[in-house]
Amino acid sequence: MPFSAFLAPTLGGVLIGLAVAGLLLFTGKLAGISGVVGGLAQAEKGDRAWRLLFIFGMVGGGALLLCVHPEAFGSTTGRTAGTLAVAGLLVGVGTRASGGCTSGHGVCGLSLLSPRSLVATLTFIATGAATVAAVRLLGSAS
Amino acid sequence: MKVLLVAVLAGVLFSIGLGVAGMTHPDKVIGFLDFARWDPSLMFVMGGVVLVDGVLFRLILRRPSPLWAPAFTLPGATGIDARLIARAMLFGVGWGISGFCPGPAITSAVIPTRETIAFVGAMFSGMAIHDGGRALWRRSVAGIPEPLPPEACG
Repeated sequence: MPFSAFLAPTLGGVLIGLAVAGLLLFTGKLAGISGVVGGLAQAEKGDRAWRLLFIFGMVGGGALLLCVHPEAFGSTTGRTAGTLAVAGLLVGVGTRASGGCTSGHGVCGLSLLSPRSLVATLTFIATGAATVAAVRLLGSAS
Repeated sequence: MKVLLVAVLAGVLFSIGLGVAGMTHPDKVIGFLDFARWDPSLMFVMGGVVLVDGVLFRLILRRPSPLWAPAFTLPGATGIDARLIARAMLFGVGWGISGFCPGPAITSAVIPTRETIAFVGAMFSGMAIHDGGRALWRRSVAGIPEPLPPEACG
């Protein structure tokens, strides 16, 4: 794999890191996505607007990407909408129940050196890998 | 007001980072999780993040408070038990099936295909079902009064 294949992921990681650090420095909030979104329904009144605006910003960032770097989108996995709905439900329940997703446990938690987040991160990566292997086996069997 | 501006800009920068990193390609994410034909490049996303935030978090949290807010809001949960692992596994299964975790899914919803809408809609529903269910359980069974104690950052 050429060196350049690692440049974009590293640069993207640095940008994500700066976004999370900036939010923490100015507002004191942690940008774990499942926490930001999940907090919406339960949050007290004054705690809602920043969450909505962060999500609005994410979709806005997606629109910017679409304009200047459309290659960021468009790949498909061949999963049907029904399959993706089941997956989405699992992701929604699982991230809220375990208190974090890739950004909450993986980015914020690891940066805070949280053992709980390390365990959660290793667990969802290992389970994700096992799931991909299982889907591959099922696919080759049918 | 200033805080809200930072929230928008952080959201924009976050999703641009996801797009540059390749996280908005679910097939690439599945490639990262597929040890039979492993694509290790996404490991460098985590590398870049931890490089930056491992240092910056330490510096920022030395301050008594954030610049434009009274206090830092940090997660309180620290426990590690079988429940944490079982719950993180639910997320892992959904992630492995779809190649989507919450951030990239929301960013990808800028192109509202049947697939992205199905995933994001179900994800929001799952979050609401969990949070609503927990609140109901705490109130009716455990007798813990509202408001809920703060949960982890996730």
